[in-house]
Amino acid sequence: MTRLPEFHAAKWDEPVVMEMGRPGGRGQIFPAPEADVIDAVGTDLIPAAMARKDRPELPEITEFEAQRHYLHLSQMTLGMMGVSLFGTCTMKYNSKTSEYATLRPELAEVHPYQHPDTLQGVLSIIHDFDGILRSLSGMDQFIFQAGGGADAAYTMAIVARAYWADRGMLGQRTEMVTSVQAHPCNPATAAAAGFKVVNLPLEENGYPSLEALKAAVSDKTALIMINNPDDMGIYNPEIKEWVRIAKEAGALCFYDHANFNGVMGKLSARELGFDACMFMLHKTFGAPKAGGGPAVGAFGCSDELAPYLPCPVVTKDGSRYVLDEDRPKSAGKVREYWGNVPQVVKAYAWARGMGAEGIELASDISVVANNYMDMRLSKIPGLEISNPEIKTHRMEMTRWSLGPLFEETGISTVDFANRMADYGIDPWWMSHEPWIVAEPFTPEAGELWSKEDIDLWIDVVAKIVEEARTDPEMVKSAPHNQPVSQLKGDVFEDPAKWAMTWRAYKRKKAQGDGVNRGVA
Amino acid sequence: MPTDTRSHPWMALSAPGAIDAMLAEIGASSVADVFEQIPDDHFRKAPLDLPPALTSEMELRRDLITRLKRNEDCEANLSFLGAGVWQHHVPAIVDEIVGRTEFATNVWGSYQSDHGRNQAWFEFSSQLGALLNLDVVQLPVYSWGCAIGHAMRMAARMTGRSKVLVPHLSDPERLSVIRTYCQPSEMEGSLEVVPVAADPTSGRLDLSDLKSKLGDDVAAVYFENPAYLGTIETGAAEIAKLARAAGAETIVGVDPASLGVMAAPGDYGADIVTGPVQPLGVHMQCGGGAGGFIASRDEERYVRTYNGFLVSIAETQTEGEVGFGLACPHQNSYGMREDGNDWTGNSTYLWAIAGAVYMSLLGPEGFRELGQLIVSRARYATKLLNDVPGVRVVWPDTQFKEFVVNFDDTGQSVAAVNDALRAHGIFGGKDISDEGLNLGQSALYCVTEMHSAADIRRLANTLKEILQ
Repeated sequence: MTRLPEFHAAKWDEPVVMEMGRPGGRGQIFPAPEADVIDAVGTDLIPAAMARKDRPELPEITEFEAQRHYLHLSQMTLGMMGVSLFGTCTMKYNSKTSEYATLRPELAEVHPYQHPDTLQGVLSIIHDFDGILRSLSGMDQFIFQAGGGADAAYTMAIVARAYWADRGMLGQRTEMVTSVQAHPCNPATAAAAGFKVVNLPLEENGYPSLEALKAAVSDKTALIMINNPDDMGIYNPEIKEWVRIAKEAGALCFYDHANFNGVMGKLSARELGFDACMFMLHKTFGAPKAGGGPAVGAFGCSDELAPYLPCPVVTKDGSRYVLDEDRPKSAGKVREYWGNVPQVVKAYAWARGMGAEGIELASDISVVANNYMDMRLSKIPGLEISNPEIKTHRMEMTRWSLGPLFEETGISTVDFANRMADYGIDPWWMSHEPWIVAEPFTPEAGELWSKEDIDLWIDVVAKIVEEARTDPEMVKSAPHNQPVSQLKGDVFEDPAKWAMTWRAYKRKKAQGDGVNRGVA
Repeated sequence: MPTDTRSHPWMALSAPGAIDAMLAEIGASSVADVFEQIPDDHFRKAPLDLPPALTSEMELRRDLITRLKRNEDCEANLSFLGAGVWQHHVPAIVDEIVGRTEFATNVWGSYQSDHGRNQAWFEFSSQLGALLNLDVVQLPVYSWGCAIGHAMRMAARMTGRSKVLVPHLSDPERLSVIRTYCQPSEMEGSLEVVPVAADPTSGRLDLSDLKSKLGDDVAAVYFENPAYLGTIETGAAEIAKLARAAGAETIVGVDPASLGVMAAPGDYGADIVTGPVQPLGVHMQCGGGAGGFIASRDEERYVRTYNGFLVSIAETQTEGEVGFGLACPHQNSYGMREDGNDWTGNSTYLWAIAGAVYMSLLGPEGFRELGQLIVSRARYATKLLNDVPGVRVVWPDTQFKEFVVNFDDTGQSVAAVNDALRAHGIFGGKDISDEGLNLGQSALYCVTEMHSAADIRRLANTLKEILQ
C-alpha cells in the first residue's frame, strides 16, 4: 500500500457573505450619468409605481474583500484537485489553452444576433466540430442548443414529437420505452415532453431481455431511449437486435451516448442502426462540467430527422458559414440561442488536441484502467462487483456494492463517501435511482489518471474498509478533515427549518429563538 | 500503431509501456481482450475521418485563435444588441473566481468535499433573494426561457389548470422555448399558451384583454418587467391582483440589473419570479452566458414543485457551525425519474458563482448606481435618436434599457440600416420587423452602462449620416 497523504482541507471559518461588510462599503463603483445626459433626461426616470423604495440587503464590502472571500471559498472546494474516479461523469483534464481562448473578446464579447458575416470564426469551429461528431457517430447533423445531457434527451423527445406530428400520428405514438437502468434524464424528459414511459426491468445478465422489449414495443411506441454500455459496465450485445425490433414497430431509436468514453472510435451509433444520439461535451469531450454546467448535450441525428431539429443549424454555403433558421418543420427551441458556445469551442479543441489516434487510445486506456481498478477492488474483502456471475471484463466504469461491508460493520456507501473526502479524494458516485445493488458505488478510471493515482484511490478505499471494521464510529461521523463537519440532515425536508436564502434563515432563526424563549 | 509514440500530455497511461504493464497485471493478453463484451460485428467499419491532431499546445492555440479572430466582437465595435443577451460590465474579480480550477472543474462535486462551492451557491440565492425580496431561489436552469417554461409547469402542477397567458409582445426566442415546454395539444399535460394584447399606446399589457382571458382555467399569467421591448410594466401590481382573484399564479420575468432602481417583484404580488442570470457578471459568449433563475415565496406548496437544486443552509454536528446541502432532493428527476418535477441535470451552476461574486461587489449602492446609469443613458439615446430625421422611438420615456426604434419614415429597411451601420463599426439593434408585432421596420436597441454619452452621440450622428 502506498503511503496515504496526511490531508486536511483549508478551513477558513468563512462567514456567509451576507454577514460581511459595513455600511457604505463599496466593491464596485459606476460613474454618474454625464452632465449632457442629466440635462437631457433629468434624474426621475422610473415611474413611481415601479420605483424601488427599499434598499436591497446586500453585503457592502470592498473589492479585495470580495476577492478574498471567494478565493477562500474556492480553496475550501476540492474540485477533483486530488484524485476522483467519479463514475458516470468521466473525469478529464480540462485544457486551460482552450479556456483562455474562450475568454478572449473574440468570443466572450460576441452577441449571437450579430450579423453572420461577423461570426465566421466561431461558426467555422461549430461547423468543423459538427463534422468531427458526424465521423464519430455516423449521424448526418449535430446541433448544440441543449444545455446538458438531459437537455439533449429532451431534444430527442421533442424531435420525436415533431416527427410523429408531421405524420399525423402524435395521438397514437404516445409511449417511450427504456430500461430501468437508463439515466433518469431519459424517462424524465420523455415524461416532461408528454410521453408515457415504459420501463424494462433488468434480467440476470444485466440488461433487459429481447422478449421484454418485443412485448413492450407496438404501434404506440414513439421512440426508445437507451444507453450502452450501462453504468454497471455491461455492454448489451443484443443492441443491434433491439434497434431492429424497435424499428420494426416503427419507433425511433435514440442512443444516449453518455458512456461513450470506452467506445470512442470503436462504435458508430448509425452503424448500429440508431436514428439519433447525444454526446456530453462537458464530460467525454474535455470541457469542464463546472460542478453542474454550463454544459452541452450535442444532439445528432439522421437526415430523416434533421428537418425537425431545433434552430438554428449551422451550415456552409460555399465558403461562408450560415445560421439556418428557416426550417418550417422544426420542433421549436429547447433553449435560447445556439448553445453554450465556449463549451463547444473547448470540445472542438479537445478533439483536435487528441486527434483520431488519441481518441482511440483514450478509449483503450479507460477500459484497461477500469479493469485494473476492478482487479484491485476485487481483492478487498467487503466489496462486491455487481452481477458477480458475469466474468467478462467490464467497460469503462463498473458498478460495485458495499453491501457485504455494510452487513458486517453498518458502514453505508454514504458514510464511506463522507470519509473519502478526508483523504483529499472526491467522494465516489453511488448510483442513479433506482439502486439495483445494495450500497452502490460506481468508480470510473478514465484516461486521465496515472497508475499511481488509481492505486492511491484504491488504497484509500482499502484503508476506509479497514477503518469500518476498527473504528466505525469515526467513519460514521466523517468528514473530519474538511472545512465543516457532517451536516445535520433534519432541515432538508422540514419547511420550518429549510432556508434557501439568508433572509429565510434569519427569519426562521428568529422564529425558532422566539419559540425557544416561549418554552423557557 | 500510433505514428507518434510520444505520450500525450492529457493521458498519463499513454506513456510507452504503461498499458502493456497494466494488461499484464490484469492477465489480459491484449487491449482487444478487455473489449470482449462487444460482438465483432458491432465494431465500426467506417474509419474515423477527423482533421489532423494538434497535440502541441502551440499548434492548438494557434488554430483556435486564428479562427476566433475571424469574428468581430462588441468590444472592437459599438454594439446596441440586447434581447436576452446584454453587454454589461464584468468585474475582473468575477473572471478570476469563475476561472478557478476548483470551480471550473470537470467534477460534479459533493457536499462533503466542496463546501466552498456550496456556500457560493447559497450566497447566489441569498443575494438574488435580497434583490427580489423573495425567500426561495433555486440554482439556475439552462436559460431564462427554460426558467419560464418550468415556472409555468410549476403553476400548472399547483393549480391543476392548463392554460397560461403571455404578452403578445413577447420575445420569439423565449416564446419558442415556452411553447416547447408547454407542448403540442395532442400531448398529455399540455398547456395552452394564450397571448394577451398590448396597449398600443404604451406597449404595456392591455388589462381589459387580460380580464377577458382570465378564468378558472388559467394556471398562470406571465409578464416581464421590464418587458421584451424594454417597457416598464407600471400595472404590475394590478395584474398580479387580477390573476390572484382568478386563482392563477403570477409569474414575472425581471432583469436583475434593474433591481437597484425598480421595485422588487416580491413586493408587487409576484408568486414565481424568473429572469436571466447573464446580466450578473457573465460575458455574452455568443449566447453561451445564458442561464435562468426561478424564485418564489417560502411556502411548501411552491418549494415542493421546483424541478432542480435548492441549496439550504444547515447546522453541522459541530456546535455553532453551518454548512450547505440540497433541500427536497427526492422530488426532482434524480430522485424520482419520470415521476419527478419535470427534469434536471447539468445546468449553468458556474454562473451562480459568477452571480454571487458580482452581487457581492455591487452591493445595494452599486445596483442603484448601475440602474440609474442604464436608465439615464437609455433615455438619452431615445431622445437623440428621436431627433434623427425619419427615425421614431416607439413608446419613448417608458423603458429601462431597451427600446424600439422605427425606421418606416426613412424608406429604408432595418437590414439596410444595420448593414450601413456595420460598415461604420456599429452593430445596430435587433431587427424585429418580421416578428409579427405589427411595428413596421423596427429594431430593438439596447443601451447599458457600457455605452457612454459619446457612444450614443456617435450612433445618432452615424444614423443621420447614413440616412441622409
